[in-house]
Amino acid sequence: MALVQSIPIRRVSAKPGQIFAISLIALFLAIFLIIPAGTVIYTAFTEKGTGALTIVNFVDFFNTDLFRRSFFNSVYVSGMSVVWASAIALPLAVLTTRFDFRGSLIIQTLGFIPLIMPPFVGAVAMQLLFGRNGTVNLILNDWFGIRIPFMEGLNGVIFVQSLHYFPFILINLSTSLRNIDRSMEEAAQNLGSSGVRLFRRIVFPLAMPGYLAGASLVFVKVFDDLATPLLLNVKDMLAPQAYLRVTSVGLTDPMGYVISVILIAVSIFAMWLSAVAMRGKDYSTTQRGGGGLSRRKLSRGESVIAYGVVGLILLLVLSPHIGLLLLSLATVWSYSPMPDGFTMAHYGRVFGESSLYIKNTLIYASLAGLIDVVIGGAIAYLVLRTKVVGRRWLDWAATSALAIPGVVLGIGYLRTFYGVTLPDGTPLATLWVMVVLALAIRRLPYALRACYAALQQVSESLEEAAENLGATKQRTIRRIVLPLMTGGLLAGFVTSFSTAAVELSATLMLIQSNSDAPIAYGLYVFMQSPAGRGPGAALGVIAVIMVALCTLLSHYVIERRQKALGMTK
Amino acid sequence: MLKTIAAAMLISAAFVVTVHAQDGGKVTIVTSFSKDVTDPFKAGFEAANPGFTLDVQNKSTSSGVKYIDETKVNNQVDLFWASAPDAFDSLKSRELLAKFTPSVTGLPEKVGSYPVNDKDGYYFGFAASGYGIMSNDRYLEANDLPKPVEWSDLTKPEYHDHIAIAAPSRSGTTHLTIETILQGEGWDKGWATLKGIGGNLQQVTERSFGVPDAVNSGQTGIGIVIDFFAFSAQASGFPVSFAYPSVTTVVPANIGIVANAPNQAGAEAFVNYLLSEKGQAVLLEPAIRRLPINPALYEKAPEGFPNPFKDPRFQSMITFDADVSKKRTDVVDTLYDQLISFQLDNIKGATKAIHEAEKAVAANEQAPARALLTEAHALIAAMPITDEEAASQQIRDAFTGGEEKTARQAELEQKWAAFASEKYAAAKAKAEEALALVD
Repeated sequence: MALVQSIPIRRVSAKPGQIFAISLIALFLAIFLIIPAGTVIYTAFTEKGTGALTIVNFVDFFNTDLFRRSFFNSVYVSGMSVVWASAIALPLAVLTTRFDFRGSLIIQTLGFIPLIMPPFVGAVAMQLLFGRNGTVNLILNDWFGIRIPFMEGLNGVIFVQSLHYFPFILINLSTSLRNIDRSMEEAAQNLGSSGVRLFRRIVFPLAMPGYLAGASLVFVKVFDDLATPLLLNVKDMLAPQAYLRVTSVGLTDPMGYVISVILIAVSIFAMWLSAVAMRGKDYSTTQRGGGGLSRRKLSRGESVIAYGVVGLILLLVLSPHIGLLLLSLATVWSYSPMPDGFTMAHYGRVFGESSLYIKNTLIYASLAGLIDVVIGGAIAYLVLRTKVVGRRWLDWAATSALAIPGVVLGIGYLRTFYGVTLPDGTPLATLWVMVVLALAIRRLPYALRACYAALQQVSESLEEAAENLGATKQRTIRRIVLPLMTGGLLAGFVTSFSTAAVELSATLMLIQSNSDAPIAYGLYVFMQSPAGRGPGAALGVIAVIMVALCTLLSHYVIERRQKALGMTK
Repeated sequence: MLKTIAAAMLISAAFVVTVHAQDGGKVTIVTSFSKDVTDPFKAGFEAANPGFTLDVQNKSTSSGVKYIDETKVNNQVDLFWASAPDAFDSLKSRELLAKFTPSVTGLPEKVGSYPVNDKDGYYFGFAASGYGIMSNDRYLEANDLPKPVEWSDLTKPEYHDHIAIAAPSRSGTTHLTIETILQGEGWDKGWATLKGIGGNLQQVTERSFGVPDAVNSGQTGIGIVIDFFAFSAQASGFPVSFAYPSVTTVVPANIGIVANAPNQAGAEAFVNYLLSEKGQAVLLEPAIRRLPINPALYEKAPEGFPNPFKDPRFQSMITFDADVSKKRTDVVDTLYDQLISFQLDNIKGATKAIHEAEKAVAANEQAPARALLTEAHALIAAMPITDEEAASQQIRDAFTGGEEKTARQAELEQKWAAFASEKYAAAKAKAEEALALVD
């Protein structure tokens, strides 16, 4: 695939500024992603014992039934998750952006919360509601004598993954829909198009960059996710296989790293595929005055249906968090539809410590989000607007971060930076800044996709016009490109921020002391004992509320900005 | 927008002024124990040794070992504190632990038949743990199941799809349970029991705590766990019970001082505190409930608390041979994964077919059908390698990459998995044949 990109070696005049930017980003990715991950993944290409270079491990991979089965299961689950996630996200996105719908802001925020699933507690809460002996099944069994295996096997994984990751589609699609110029729609309407046809032929195609950005993220994320399959005890998928092998005590087994390499290859391939699908199509529109689609009023009947659909979807996607809330208030909850009793004691227990965790989480996640937006925006600009050699490689390198298991990155950081000491003798790897960088690297692909989609919708002719009028490149970017991308940048920030806030796997390796710990780590230390389940859930609720408030705030900023841009009701 | 970002950065920068509040006496401990365990010890230690502060870093046992190994060039950790003795053995063999002689004396040398301390003085037992069967009372009642007490109970048809276990490759404590069964019942019979249980499993979790968690919440009825998971759950009000089967063992949970500890004095103080009567008393707190290593403490223990030093059950427990275990650790774990964990659907399907056929045959006894069932059981129990082979240098080198290896680990895994899936399919076919005969 690299060949396709590099064949047209025309002499393009890259500006010094662009070359500087690309080298800076390449350096950043090299130091904080490629080298640390490389020091660990290198094992995939060595023979066990001797350490000689070999590719025999890859031959073994394809000769093993378990790995082949895992591979196909992973592809199947990822594909189906995209389908179901689209089914959930599409109605929410369309209703909230295209119709005059009360509470759009709330829905956009609530629809986003599933991404913030704190580790462990989220899983326990899901099991308590949908597990074999969860609330739903205990009631069904009581009334009808049946159980529905929501949480079992590959279908269970698809169920949980769709609920967990559909916000990727929702956020990116909504942003795209908001960016569509109303005049397009009006022109179509003048020519006699309306209703479903208008949506299918005009609105949806124009929103394609956002949809594809979201869908490809869902695919890759599900493909690389290990937490959900493991919590459902599904082991014959690729990511859990890699994790199980990388983290076992004892000697290093190269197969875990071989699987990591394959995960990275497939992730990059999927991203490349979505880029190919977009190639040769122009999704940009020149006008931005309209500020999104015209909003239609719903008739009374339509309203009832719409609110019903939205209500149902929200109830479903928020159920893990409802379970989490119940768990945080429960005394004992065991084999019963509802807890035995309720108490506030768990909140009392975590109250004293949570302020430290919250503060650390906010610092780490917001810094990581900022780094992601800056680098993601820069990469998107370099790829879409310049012809600098190697720009696609930046995109792929950044995207590959999705496929690197957090613990591999964590170990890589220890290996690379532990030997480097500060003047006072403390190792570089023990600074909390390293946690921020690891989080930023892990969440960079999210922000990158959002920035990419946002920039695809900005017409280049606007920049050309600005330059024709004498503006410099920098000025054009600052005055034209950035303002027009705001929605996408913010969407990228919010996704990176909120998912970084609950990330654990890389953090667990890098956290050096309790005073540096983010909330996910606090959760982890509680969730290892029966008495810690309630306090852990309470911390989880605090984490969700905290991130949700930040999200609400940013949605409020978007809405206000669009109003300010002269959107008329 | 830019202003918002700038404001966010400023706020973040203000927070950044959170430099570490350090004084001379910070003792850093890496542990797999939960906050419920570490908090009372931290409070007790700091009260008993003014000037020291305990800094707890919580990591799973395996990532703790990896962490200490990766950071040895510039070690910042004073102590390692976890359950599984094999993790300490692994650290010791990589020269990552320091020798020490605790000042506390008069502690027993053995608990059950297991030596309490490392013979070379690199790590020390501070609590005893036995392995057994935990069950959820409400779940058993709702499903009309009797309380299981022996490993062999778990192979019975009525427990099909009601049991959870942690993968031994993931959980050092489960590994010891498996090894105990193999040593207590012998290689072939032991594996037959394990596979009998395997055919009844509902889930194989990847974390030790996943099992008690599933039992506590009632997602599964029965779990194979280390005792304190059940005792602390009981103390927290969960409707669970626990039984020690007759083939089991008690092993110590340990603490060790990391080599080149930055705060050697603090590390020694903590080990001495942990072994002292004050420290041992903390183990009896409701949220911890581990068996102290100091026999004197049992006088203060709650009603019904097992005493491994007096209770006859513990005296008759089998002798656990750590050397045998160590030689075949990787092989046993991999066999369990390849024959049971990753073949769960196959082994469960075959077991279910056998259970159904057995029921039908019991109602309509016919010799040829009975013979088919015996064959089916034998097929499930069949092992790809013998115990001599499991401990042989050739196979061990396949896992370590040593010189005498005759196949790579990946090749062995594929071979064993193929062996298992073929045998399970054949067993299922035999059972179905038997059912067809009597139906």
